[in-house]
Amino acid sequence: MGIAEWRGQLERGEVSARELTDQHLARIEAVDGTLHSFLEVTTERARADADRVDAARAAGESLPPLAGVPLAIKDNLCTKGIRTTCSSRMLEQFVPPYESTVTERLWQAGGILIGKTNLDEFAMGSSTETSAFGPSRNPWNPERVPGGSSGGSASAVGSGECVAALGSDTGGSIRQPAAFCGVVGLKPTYGRVSRWGLVAFASSLDQVGPFSTSVADAAELLQVIAGEDRRDGTCLQAPVPDYTAALKAPVKGLRVGLVKECFEAEGLDPQVKASVLAAAAQLEALGCELVEVSCPRFNDGIATYYVIAPSEASANLARYDGVKYGYRSEQAASLAEMTARSRAEGFGDEVQRRILIGTYALSAGYVDAYYKKAQQVRTLIRRDFDAAFGSVDVLLTPTSPTTAFRFGAHAEDPLAMYLADLLTIPANMAGLPAISVPCGFDDGGLPIGLQLITGVLEEPRLLQVAHHYEQAARVMDTRPSAALVP
Amino acid sequence: MTAASGQGGWEAVIGLETHVQLGTASKIFTAASTNFGDDPNTHIDPVVLGLPGTLPVLNEKVLEYAVKAALALNLQVAEHSKFDRKQYFYPDLPKNYQISQYDQPIAENGWIEVEVAEKGKDTYLKTIGIERLHMEEDAGKLVHAGSDRLAGSTHSLVDYNRAGVALAEIVSKPDLRTGREAAEYASEIRRIMRYLGVSDGNMQEGSLRCDVNISVRRGPDEPFGVKVEIKNMNSFSAIQKACDHEIARQIKAIEAGEPIRQETRLWDESKQLTKSMRSKEGSSDYRYFPEPDLGPIEVTAERREGWRGELPELPAAKRHRYAEQLGLSIYDARVLTDERAMAEYFEAAVAAGAEPKGVANWVTGDIAAHLNASKLSITELPLKPQQLAELVGLIEDGTISGKIAKEILPELLAQGGSAKAIVAERGLGMISDPAAITEVVQELLAAHPAEVEAFRGGKTKLQGFFVGQLMKRTGGRADPKLANRILSEQLKG
Repeated sequence: MGIAEWRGQLERGEVSARELTDQHLARIEAVDGTLHSFLEVTTERARADADRVDAARAAGESLPPLAGVPLAIKDNLCTKGIRTTCSSRMLEQFVPPYESTVTERLWQAGGILIGKTNLDEFAMGSSTETSAFGPSRNPWNPERVPGGSSGGSASAVGSGECVAALGSDTGGSIRQPAAFCGVVGLKPTYGRVSRWGLVAFASSLDQVGPFSTSVADAAELLQVIAGEDRRDGTCLQAPVPDYTAALKAPVKGLRVGLVKECFEAEGLDPQVKASVLAAAAQLEALGCELVEVSCPRFNDGIATYYVIAPSEASANLARYDGVKYGYRSEQAASLAEMTARSRAEGFGDEVQRRILIGTYALSAGYVDAYYKKAQQVRTLIRRDFDAAFGSVDVLLTPTSPTTAFRFGAHAEDPLAMYLADLLTIPANMAGLPAISVPCGFDDGGLPIGLQLITGVLEEPRLLQVAHHYEQAARVMDTRPSAALVP
Repeated sequence: MTAASGQGGWEAVIGLETHVQLGTASKIFTAASTNFGDDPNTHIDPVVLGLPGTLPVLNEKVLEYAVKAALALNLQVAEHSKFDRKQYFYPDLPKNYQISQYDQPIAENGWIEVEVAEKGKDTYLKTIGIERLHMEEDAGKLVHAGSDRLAGSTHSLVDYNRAGVALAEIVSKPDLRTGREAAEYASEIRRIMRYLGVSDGNMQEGSLRCDVNISVRRGPDEPFGVKVEIKNMNSFSAIQKACDHEIARQIKAIEAGEPIRQETRLWDESKQLTKSMRSKEGSSDYRYFPEPDLGPIEVTAERREGWRGELPELPAAKRHRYAEQLGLSIYDARVLTDERAMAEYFEAAVAAGAEPKGVANWVTGDIAAHLNASKLSITELPLKPQQLAELVGLIEDGTISGKIAKEILPELLAQGGSAKAIVAERGLGMISDPAAITEVVQELLAAHPAEVEAFRGGKTKLQGFFVGQLMKRTGGRADPKLANRILSEQLKG
């Protein structure tokens, strides 16, 4: 059930906010031992907040749009007074004295925080396997990863532990787990949503967005979290349109571009390809025109990303030195040793690997060959998109080359893991909005996701096309059964 | 001709890096206060501490101050510039990177004119090139226990009150040749910043800090020598002495066959010498890259010219105007323009109609001494410029003598008020009526027959005695010229 349905039931008194919260807490109790979507379940706060909503409703107050809706938040979004760990030993005990802008807006809109969700350490990973506190599991098959880095939010929404959730997306960290867990995941335009309170991984790429069971819910959440924020200088000042209203407009006559390079990508699972092409046909049946387009630099995104993102990360993570907060090694004889040991002991292998890559790429003698070259390629990728949007309204690709893989599948080969982000990274490089919508299942019963991409700030068009596809395809009506999916 | 070139043809090459704290109420990237001298870690917030998830947002007042400073230093202001991250690990730097500007500073390529005045030498003007000005954030302060530096201390405390205070770093070209020139340059920078109101330039509190780069060579056509950086000078005289000491040290070392090492040296004020702090060989790699949390800095021509229109007349322009248009001496012009408030006081008095040289004498003499003794600033002085102009006017038009003016000055300095009114009320005006003076002279001669006789007998030195007696009888109010003439006539009989 989606937000609008729950809101109707709450308004009609068919369910109380407290009952809705307790239902989800019970669901967490039942399945999270297996799934490990959550690092912390905020039971008491959720119940108290739900009781307040019920009291306000009883007092006849008019309530904001998300009043009483249980939500989960990725644990790299700062929540005042509640530990925000980034799934790292480094921040295991870190309690922010401030609230992120996005969560502040959710609570003002009446949302109920039910818990903080698991992620790859500092959002670096595609499976939650780099979490210092153990991985989350895919509700469709607990032997499979939920994707990452926002795997906990994806599995929480996919398994019904919450109504919707927030994640963050630097190279696909919302869309890829959404595809793996059979839910909707939206990465907005860079700057559409404030990053204040989002613990930085790669500042020029990071963007917060929603996970939900429907496109309509994604539109509702974006409506609440989007918009100008004076605490984030990169946040856009453009007015926020009515995303829900935009869903209804007919899609007949829209031009949908199939990015040629994506469908030719090495390692693309034939079942994924077939499913996404079938989805394209569905859009054609709705009156859209399918056009093959070329983005020659599309597949260069990943090489570019793995220079730029670690470079920015190497600086963003320099602050974790054991001096002011966070993990501090007790076995150090000097300041330099304290810093070095705190970082060696507090960060996991993947985080250290990326800090090393980034430090190298920015070092004198290498910065021109790596960082500056990567920025140039980034510009080329942007131009490819600009050219493509000259002739089409929306681009269509698979979200991930494969469905959810097994734990440990890429343990010996980080580069293979990086390929999981091949199709999602270009939208981050160009700052474009993109959404993953479920479009089918492979023969093992694992969900497949379809990615749609539009131009800057064209979220209304993006959501509109996704919504029409979703309503026509009704993928969730004919899904295979899975024990941990409601 | 330079001071150091006297030493066996040696010439020093000096460049200054000046860090000026911009005097905005809040820090460069957050609303925390910039107030100096409060308890440690009272002006901090999550952004200052670089807590996870926090973001910098540029304080627009900092940009305004930086651009105004740049314009005053004749720099070219960039329409597009950006911030970068300068990375190094040190506990006074909360994020372990400093937000600074690397390859696209807000302004480049300017100059200032410096007046180099030294006792016993001719004052000369010199144009000093300025390489660039860029904005950056200040670091916090470490206090080491058990040592004056990190190495060897038992523990260290950090105060982040200063972290994130806005700095303008101003880099001179290597155009300075003597310690005196370096000190004059630094002091002119401070004067300009104070005129603009963008910094208080207080060196003791660290709002203005200078690092000196210095090398020596055997003549102006020789290539630059190995350069040494000197830090830790907290007065202009310390800059001068540190440079002169370092020039002598380098010359002595080279002449003794010892190579100069590229290093950072500290000025030791108590011992009056520089000492080695650390070697700079193998320069640090700061891994600069563009700050992704801050957008590009755009300064349109319209905005820049708007700010230019708000600049006050600067000290060099005032000095020239005072000397050329008001006929003041170089010395007076320099003293009057040292502080903007004093120059404005002087100008207001002149604007009220007083003669400039007269006003200058009073302001640089008795008034400056009074301010100094009473520790007042000129804006706090009860005697307003218009009132000073009135006093000077009374002397000019012969209403009172300079002596009377000095007599009533203390009262005016303490309370202000109208000199005219005081003079009228107490009858202090000059006696310029010949009949009245003749009458007093005749009384005087009648009272001193013996002296009159002696005078007429050839003891003409007694003229002074009669003048003194006459002034005594008139309370100093007799017009001195007139009194002398009448006295001479009467004495002749």
